[in-house]
Amino acid sequence: MKSDIELINSEGKRLDGRSPQDLRKIKIEAGVLHRADGSCYLEWGGNKVLAAVYGPREAVPRHTQNPLRAIVQARYNMAAFSVEDRKRPGPDRRSVEISKVISEALEKIVLTDQFPRASIDVNIEVLDAEAGTRCAGLTAAGVALVDAGIPMRDIPVACAAGKINNKVVLDLGKEEDNYGDADLPIAISPRTGEVLLLQMDGHLTFDEFNQAFDLAVKGCYTVSELQKNAIMQKYQSVAEEVQE
Amino acid sequence: MQSEGRQVVIPGQVLGEIPAFRPGRGTFVENKKILAEKLGVLNIQDKFIHIIALKGRYDPVVGDFVIGVVQEASTSNWMVDINAPYPALLHVHEVPWDIEFGDTEKYLNTGDTILAKVLSVDESKKLQITLMDRNLFKLKGGHLIEFEPSVYRRIMGKKYSMIEIIQKYTRCRIKVGKNGRIWIDGDADGIERVLAAISMIEREAITFGLTDRIEEFLKKDAKDVR
Repeated sequence: MKSDIELINSEGKRLDGRSPQDLRKIKIEAGVLHRADGSCYLEWGGNKVLAAVYGPREAVPRHTQNPLRAIVQARYNMAAFSVEDRKRPGPDRRSVEISKVISEALEKIVLTDQFPRASIDVNIEVLDAEAGTRCAGLTAAGVALVDAGIPMRDIPVACAAGKINNKVVLDLGKEEDNYGDADLPIAISPRTGEVLLLQMDGHLTFDEFNQAFDLAVKGCYTVSELQKNAIMQKYQSVAEEVQE
Repeated sequence: MQSEGRQVVIPGQVLGEIPAFRPGRGTFVENKKILAEKLGVLNIQDKFIHIIALKGRYDPVVGDFVIGVVQEASTSNWMVDINAPYPALLHVHEVPWDIEFGDTEKYLNTGDTILAKVLSVDESKKLQITLMDRNLFKLKGGHLIEFEPSVYRRIMGKKYSMIEIIQKYTRCRIKVGKNGRIWIDGDADGIERVLAAISMIEREAITFGLTDRIEEFLKKDAKDVR
């Protein structure tokens, strides 16, 4: 989509006043739901995402079971009120795709061989959307999995980079996503740097791709620290509370 | 020992190197490094690094005492929910009664609660439980509550000190299953106080000196102590 919107002004600032390497404001809270085994509420700029984890529990129907390891079933869903106008409720082409890529990313990080025949269910509910919901959803799912006590190799984290007005920038906002040139969401395992998810929308040259990829990885590490802090805050605080 | 609580660890956190330490429960090894696999508190016992989980499903181990709820009665066995990721099988040969073929429902039916022992766990995690032991029986009446299975040790206390204190001050019959279920029988007031004590233990599971605080808490409004 071509337009004459100036996404970066002459001073190098973006529409919301960020510089090209800035993330939006992120708030993470672990263990917010009582009925789920693990949960997380995350705000990422204008995105509001709730993730809940259930299991491991026996996978149903039977034919979906894997006799050697657990399966991870993520379900990404956008609330009807999450976007302007109204989103028709229920799964559509886009959310089925996002559910699939998130499931596969999480399956690589969970120690699935400890629970043969079981299923680990992750529900990601997008309450409010403002570009980058799959990254927000996956980041929230990572914290919710830890909160559920599920054994895993690392805490997965996601972040996006993109290109607007011929400049590579971190973490696209709504207008930047709509009128920009490219969006590159990635998810990594921060300890090893392995890539768990990589998608691209739009066009980037080879150099721009490498630049955007490095920038997104850097963003992931920043978000990863926030995830760890959120978990620590929830569980370490108990010990301190009683000490006083 | 540290004075301020225990150290909380998160998945992927490096805990030590291989020659100096050895990997224990809740850890895995990558490139000679010992890493945490789940959320828990660190526990090092002569060179072995263990993680005591803070959350998570009950992982059945042979010999564990568990409290199960019967889900389904078939002609020669029952399927029992023991709070694990998988349902457990209770065969008619594993109960102390002599049962005619097809008469399973007369002895145990859907919704009945039993105190059982894990008999076997195979590599595909198929579970079998048994009632053939002393102290294993059908639990009649009473209340069933659930707790976080990882705090079982704290609820029992050192040499059962914690559970004895709770029983002493509330005058309730209590059976604790390793699978995160507690069965309580007693008067309404006593049950309420057991519930309050259990939720206090759950909340403060990673702190020291918990037994003393629970005793203090229960002593406050204890009416008659045995």
